[in-house]
Amino acid sequence: MQLSRDKLLDAYTRMKKIRVFEETMRDEFAKGTVPAFIHLYIGQEAIATGICIELTDQDTISSTHRGHGHCIAKNSNLEKMTMEIFCRADGLCGGKGGSMHIADLSVGMLGANAIVGANAPIAVGAALKQRVLGEDLVSVAFIGDGASNQGAVFESMNLASVLKLPVLFVFENNGYAEFTGIDYHCGGGDIAGRAEGFGMPSYKLDGSDFFAVQEAAAEAVDRARKGEGPSAIECIAKRWYGHFEGDPQHYRTKEELETIRRDFDPLTIFRQKVEEAGLVDSKDLNLIDEDLLSQVTAAVEKAKNSPLPNVEELTTNVYEKGSY
Amino acid sequence: MSIKTYRESIIEAMILEMKRDEKVFVIGEDISGGRGCGDYEGEAAGGPMGLTQGLWDEFGAKRVIDTPISETAIMGAAAGAALSGLRPIAELMFSDFFGVCFDQIYNQAAKFRFMYGEQGATPLVIRTMIGAGIGCGPQHSQSPYSIFANIPGLKVVTPSNPYDAKGLLIASIRDNDPVMFCEHKALLGMEGEVPDDAYEVPLGKGKIIKEGNDITIVAIGQMVGITQSCVSKFEEKGISAEIIDPRSLSPFDEEIVYDSVEKTGRLLVIDESNPVCSFGSWITSMVSDEVFSSLKAPTRVLTPPHCPVPAAPNLEAAYLPDLDRIVEATDYLANYS
Repeated sequence: MQLSRDKLLDAYTRMKKIRVFEETMRDEFAKGTVPAFIHLYIGQEAIATGICIELTDQDTISSTHRGHGHCIAKNSNLEKMTMEIFCRADGLCGGKGGSMHIADLSVGMLGANAIVGANAPIAVGAALKQRVLGEDLVSVAFIGDGASNQGAVFESMNLASVLKLPVLFVFENNGYAEFTGIDYHCGGGDIAGRAEGFGMPSYKLDGSDFFAVQEAAAEAVDRARKGEGPSAIECIAKRWYGHFEGDPQHYRTKEELETIRRDFDPLTIFRQKVEEAGLVDSKDLNLIDEDLLSQVTAAVEKAKNSPLPNVEELTTNVYEKGSY
Repeated sequence: MSIKTYRESIIEAMILEMKRDEKVFVIGEDISGGRGCGDYEGEAAGGPMGLTQGLWDEFGAKRVIDTPISETAIMGAAAGAALSGLRPIAELMFSDFFGVCFDQIYNQAAKFRFMYGEQGATPLVIRTMIGAGIGCGPQHSQSPYSIFANIPGLKVVTPSNPYDAKGLLIASIRDNDPVMFCEHKALLGMEGEVPDDAYEVPLGKGKIIKEGNDITIVAIGQMVGITQSCVSKFEEKGISAEIIDPRSLSPFDEEIVYDSVEKTGRLLVIDESNPVCSFGSWITSMVSDEVFSSLKAPTRVLTPPHCPVPAAPNLEAAYLPDLDRIVEATDYLANYS
């Protein structure tokens, strides 16, 4: 654990922001105020944060339908992101994308993607800037265990390996592809092993532990920047909630949910590690907690009180203005 | 100005644009060929149909990127590269292969501008081979441009001659939206006068190939040349046909067709698509909506029958609209009263 105090506080802030944001979204969804489907990232905060904390704004990520956490970890504007999830005119995408298609290109967040696995080739494409223009750039694809079975993901790993592109394939193995368990859906059961088969270094680690993720990310990013090609990181994660909000989760036991929330809370694990090592005082973390709650509450209130897009916007942004 | 083939015009357009803009690059299968074959370092093929010949020698591996046979990864990487500020030319060797990679084209590239609220452009050209006529059979001969044109966010062009091939490709590369550039395989060797410098044929501008007063014939892609070869037969029958090449299906030059139909009162479309929901049927639908009162006869679309493209030469010949069918349909509509 050789991270600076600032970096540790930054990491905690990003993880906690995801947690508070998603809990607020859960409550808002239950109240019926969120106009689109949402998929919560709670339980996986250490993964997005551990990866993105090693990236710059010039580095890019491509995300999944479960993308709120990736947005926050990549430092998207919280207010504009919240507005987008509420499909408002001033949201990041003008209200046309919503939760499952949220993007913030200003910080290299190339978009959530509602087609499972389809974001992998897009990340490979962003990485081509290193080859074509010689730009210093790392590109990350976040991929669920369900998406790991898609042909698009296999093709992407192969292409990135063949072309030696600076891509991190980050597999968030939360054990469920929608309502289907990994023991059923993943032949061989070893996602990292599959990646290794494409000739890239791969890691399999505890995705509830920020430090495990961050350490692997730092190595993989370094290799990518040096032009040494792609890596894969399989993070064993816990999905605290259903596939989407409203999923009654008949396929999981109460005991499972109690156990993961007790033993695999990325925030608790982080706090224990930094407090025990005397790196950060719990008072400082408590202050962050309070601040984030008020930030998120304010963002949600602002979003709810902001206007939906004008109906005249229905057919705009399809093509470049004036070209069609 | 010099005589160039359709193929040479396409290659020249890419070379000129790659020289002009370092962000332009080409990605696809065997576009140089020979990679990974021992010590071989040259260009083994320049594309299976020779459409990227010479690029490797001029620009090398950084901008002429040979890939594994992975159309989804190619199209998706091109989409992601475009969203990130590069200007890819991605080759989908045969348009029939869209079946394995269409998600990246129609759910991703075509939608980025809209679903990400204008945050980024998608300046992507997908060069792809269409068409029947040279015996490639059911999975290498189709003309799925009507399917492409159905997708909001995609632009679709169908050059029918070397001049338009070069000018449309340059315009497509400079365009800030994804363009499906449909090259017709039966036209690759076609020769014509083509300027040596760069020039644009604007997307969405059709062209009157031949003026006439009795009937408007809109022909797409390969069908333009076949329709032109019918002109002496039309004249023998005393029919003055106006022939229009739309050149671009999306955006589509509606005005050039409406103006012509207002003059002639009759419309025939010759289209290599499958007949059901063909692009031709969309043209006749628009004409019925907009200039119905000018029509003196029903509109008609001439397409192949609703079947896959056959391999047998006699069946393939029977499949495509030919001189006899075009003359017959033109004669029928011109004399309809």
